Amino acid sequence: MAEYSLLSLARNALSGNRDWKPAWRKPEPKPQYDVIIVSGGGHGLSTAYYLAKEHGITNVAVIEKGWLGSGNVGRNTTIVRSNYLLPDNVRFYEHSMKLWENLSHDLNYNVMFSQRGILNLAHTPGQMDEFARRGNAMRHEGVDAELIVGAEAVQKLVPGLDTSRSARFPIVGGLLQPRAGTARHDAVAWGYARAADRRGVDIVENCEVTGFLREGDRIVGVATTRGEIRARKVAIAVAGSTGRVMKLAGIDRLPIESHLLQAFVSEALKPVLHTVLTFGAGHLYASQSDKGGLVFGGDIDGYNSYAQRGHLPVVEDVASEFVAMFPGFSRVRLLRSWGGIMDMSMDGSPIIAAGPLPGMFLNCGWCYGGFKATPASGWCFAWTIAREEPHPLNAAFTLDRFQRGILIDEKGQGATPRLH
Amino acid sequence: MLIACPHCGPRDLAEFTYQGDANRTRPDPASADAAAWEAYVYDRVNTAGRHREYWQHAGGCRAHLIVERDTLSHEIFAVTMARTKREPAR
Repeated sequence: MAEYSLLSLARNALSGNRDWKPAWRKPEPKPQYDVIIVSGGGHGLSTAYYLAKEHGITNVAVIEKGWLGSGNVGRNTTIVRSNYLLPDNVRFYEHSMKLWENLSHDLNYNVMFSQRGILNLAHTPGQMDEFARRGNAMRHEGVDAELIVGAEAVQKLVPGLDTSRSARFPIVGGLLQPRAGTARHDAVAWGYARAADRRGVDIVENCEVTGFLREGDRIVGVATTRGEIRARKVAIAVAGSTGRVMKLAGIDRLPIESHLLQAFVSEALKPVLHTVLTFGAGHLYASQSDKGGLVFGGDIDGYNSYAQRGHLPVVEDVASEFVAMFPGFSRVRLLRSWGGIMDMSMDGSPIIAAGPLPGMFLNCGWCYGGFKATPASGWCFAWTIAREEPHPLNAAFTLDRFQRGILIDEKGQGATPRLH
Repeated sequence: MLIACPHCGPRDLAEFTYQGDANRTRPDPASADAAAWEAYVYDRVNTAGRHREYWQHAGGCRAHLIVERDTLSHEIFAVTMARTKREPAR
């Protein structure tokens, strides 16, 4: 029987909620595993879950430096969407969307996935043309997309928005993906952790990787602050720390730069914004959490950073953009802001591949779109690890595409990570 | 963050444009070595700690600079003109 059900909730309520099992064990690391996953963020945990569920590989350890979900899985703005232009991206993210749609049921854990839609605002006829092209590309791949034409139609969808001609950047329409939405990001980490744990995966927290064990060229395990752990396969999914961790393996240079992205939440308001909304005359994405806070973010700070805290120009930038859209929010107070380290790749697309050393598998380059990819990233990475070959969905996300000139540059910005 | 431009003195971050990793060497323009060009265009050291990087004082004297900065604390150790670039350091 499922652990969380109406019956189990009622039974535990009657017994004072004293009999719940911890959501995951705290095992001591074993000396040997089939697969080690570094580390316990969203992508690492989903990889462990799909290795166990889809490929029957349960002798797996997830090695986490801090506590589970302490990195970007708990720092993002929780947006889930698949409104991409390029075929490789739209197929991959749509696979993720389909996994999201069944995730709470699959994990028996409520990830509060809310398909409230995402509306990208257009402020110029040129943007409308671009949105029509992207919407058509999405529909061609079977993804839902609707072109919203005219400020009146936008006004009906988002009543609080300034859709007048006197707005700083008058709105002319938008692109809507109705199936997009948000999810409770911590619950995603906890749900995957519990589901992987119940299938036998060891989740080892407070265990930092300090080096790699080698036999010749081959990676055969990791040295950690809790001793050496060996495995036939070592998988790396450490997002913004990719540069640091790969240096431990002697890989000094990668097509990745670590940058800082901030996120913000306001004080709680009554329901006022019921879709995810993006501003088209700058860079801002916003939604309202179930608790009522406006959750939003914008550009990365713009230079290499591992600081996990942001600078003030971006705060001013996002606040002014938000108020340009919603003059009525000008006196809403900011409650919190925080930062996370993004693994910005040179073409804005991720890397999910075997290598670059024998026995090693690499998952990185999520820029700042990693959260929505959590299910598909783990699903494809697990496939790649188990079968030692990529699934067609991640076959294009190789590390050597930069050498071979087969880039997947959604925005056409070239090798300038701060612009992706 | 303040960057001390050698011409203009300490100026606010907003006056500068970031141009990335300065630990790269541009191959000879006549070179047809694909691996060297690939490394120059795409590969980065991405250091956590002291990092040499290009900035341009775009809102000031427009000089191209090499800044040595700690990517963990944002402390700046040295600002030099890009034309006096030394051999790349790790």
